[in-house]
Amino acid sequence: MADEREKIVQVRNLKQYFNIGKPNEVKAVDDISFDIYKGETFGLVGESGSGKSTTGRSIIRLYDPTDGQILFNGQDISKIKSHGPQMKEFRREMQMIFQDPYASLNPRMKVKDIIAEGLDVHGLVKGEEEREKRVRELLDMVHLNPEHMTRYPYEFSGGQRQRIGIARALAVEPQFVIADEPISALDVSIQAQVVNLMQDIQKEQGLTYMFIAHDLSMVKYISDRIAVMYHGKIVELADSDEIYNHPLHAYTQSLLSAIPVPDPEIEKTRERIDFDHSQPFSDDQSLQEVLPGHFLYCNAETAASFK
Amino acid sequence: MDKILEVKDLHVNFATYNGTVQAIRGVSFDLNAGETLAIVGESGSGKSITVRSILQLLAKNADIAKGSILYHGDDLLQKSEKGMDNIRGNKISMIFQDPMTSLDPTMPIGKQVAEPLLIHNNVSKKDAMARAEEVLRLVGIPNPKARMKDYPHQFSGGQRQRIVIAIAIVDYPEILIADEPTTALDVTVQAEIIDLLKELQQKIGTSIIFITHDLGVVAGIADRVAVMYAGKFVEYGSVNDIFYNPQHPYTWGLLDSMPTLDTSEANRLNSIPGTPPNLLNPPKGDAFAPRNKYAMEIDEEEQPPYFKVSKNHYAATWLLHPNAPKVDPPASIKKRFEKFKQLGGSVK
Repeated sequence: MADEREKIVQVRNLKQYFNIGKPNEVKAVDDISFDIYKGETFGLVGESGSGKSTTGRSIIRLYDPTDGQILFNGQDISKIKSHGPQMKEFRREMQMIFQDPYASLNPRMKVKDIIAEGLDVHGLVKGEEEREKRVRELLDMVHLNPEHMTRYPYEFSGGQRQRIGIARALAVEPQFVIADEPISALDVSIQAQVVNLMQDIQKEQGLTYMFIAHDLSMVKYISDRIAVMYHGKIVELADSDEIYNHPLHAYTQSLLSAIPVPDPEIEKTRERIDFDHSQPFSDDQSLQEVLPGHFLYCNAETAASFK
Repeated sequence: MDKILEVKDLHVNFATYNGTVQAIRGVSFDLNAGETLAIVGESGSGKSITVRSILQLLAKNADIAKGSILYHGDDLLQKSEKGMDNIRGNKISMIFQDPMTSLDPTMPIGKQVAEPLLIHNNVSKKDAMARAEEVLRLVGIPNPKARMKDYPHQFSGGQRQRIVIAIAIVDYPEILIADEPTTALDVTVQAEIIDLLKELQQKIGTSIIFITHDLGVVAGIADRVAVMYAGKFVEYGSVNDIFYNPQHPYTWGLLDSMPTLDTSEANRLNSIPGTPPNLLNPPKGDAFAPRNKYAMEIDEEEQPPYFKVSKNHYAATWLLHPNAPKVDPPASIKKRFEKFKQLGGSVK
């Protein structure tokens, strides 16, 4: 069933190392492979330093991957030059929403110029009138008052700023949006507003999302499928219900057991599962499909035990 | 139970270029010996200002306009700066949110942990260092004797927060104020730090005021909970009162906007529309009214008083007035009421 769906992104053995050959070499992303299907929301969770943000940044080519392939609509984008026409074309199709709505908007630009920057770069609008019309549409789409387009970012709250970031990402009508912790900096009541907005827009425009986060309850809510990252590797990947109901990897189990639940009775009886960080991986392990659509980082013997 | 701290009708204003911001608009609460009180609210609701007022760690433009803060009956607001020095870090200490910035990067951690003892108590340096080692072991720093000579950058985020906690508890304070102590940490580390705080509370019997915006964390740590909005407590009660018998529409909204792990249906998240009010010009009536779908005419006109729900459970909403119409709370809240009944509570 899974294979019939159209793949928008295919990551093959992606490696992203930093300080290569030096004593402080970091294998931030270490040989990961996964597919993202058209129209789905793919959640990527992990703790700080797991490589989840680096993965997102490598896919959108903010980095040059050390090794491996990234296919976008079947075309390998892992080696295209960072300033060539190909990159420009590709960046129109793939956009990013950033974590910090305070740092990701230029404080000296008006909202309309922030949102229209992509339109200008790609020459998507002719003349000031059409430009403003498009900015109005976009502000309206993210439920901000179009009259406020001449204001500066400091005049907006965190949630409103994140809406501006979303409008900017969607201005060039991308197919695929990477959202890197888009709600972590927002208050609970505002988080729900932004998540609902992202889902509404996804439905209207048939977008595909990659949602990177450490907040597992929100990722479960928004994602169709989830990959769990640990130390630069994907240790488990499955449908979001499956991963929450039947986590197989010890790290996933540990992560799930640590989520605080807003219910005192559940909290009283909750038992945390500790994960032994001393030797997480061995050489005979790889990510294998142990159950239909459920991938686990394990050795052949463990994989066989599911058959 | 012994009341060790009583905050009465606290008002705090900030002078800004745009005018006076009324950040705290009449907050009152008690803290009992050995309990954990959680204060929850969104950014800007005034939860940090409330606890910083206790230690008088406010910015220069802040003005405590009204109120009193009684510590064992003694008003802290009347104390001199020197008098406060004998309280801070000694009787009442504080853990801050960011373990990356609350340690001195140029001082070995052993010395930082021993510092409060050297300042407050007449102890020798040797004794202070011995005690620092003991406390570092207590908070779970492995091999503390050797690691006392290390600097903050040589520790992970979770370990740094343990060191910050060690500094805060080295003098066995009566009250520990924790201002979002786990917000900057990963969930597994957060769970460890919360377990540590609970364990320390058992061991040294300290009272904790825990500030957070995460209701999941509150459910796990608090004995009593206060929900704060626009500079006021809108509802307070026991942890079971707040989670299973919430009465204020804002508390409903907060609980209802969190996705729960067991809801797999593809329904929409319930969000609270709009944003909190500007406290430069606080509204005349209920500050939550513009975001409250249950708001009535009186909400625009007059601030609601605290209505008693049960012993020690109060909520400031006109919905609890005897003449108010009966409203239909969100479905997830009704489920919580059911649980309250099962636990032996009576729901109105």
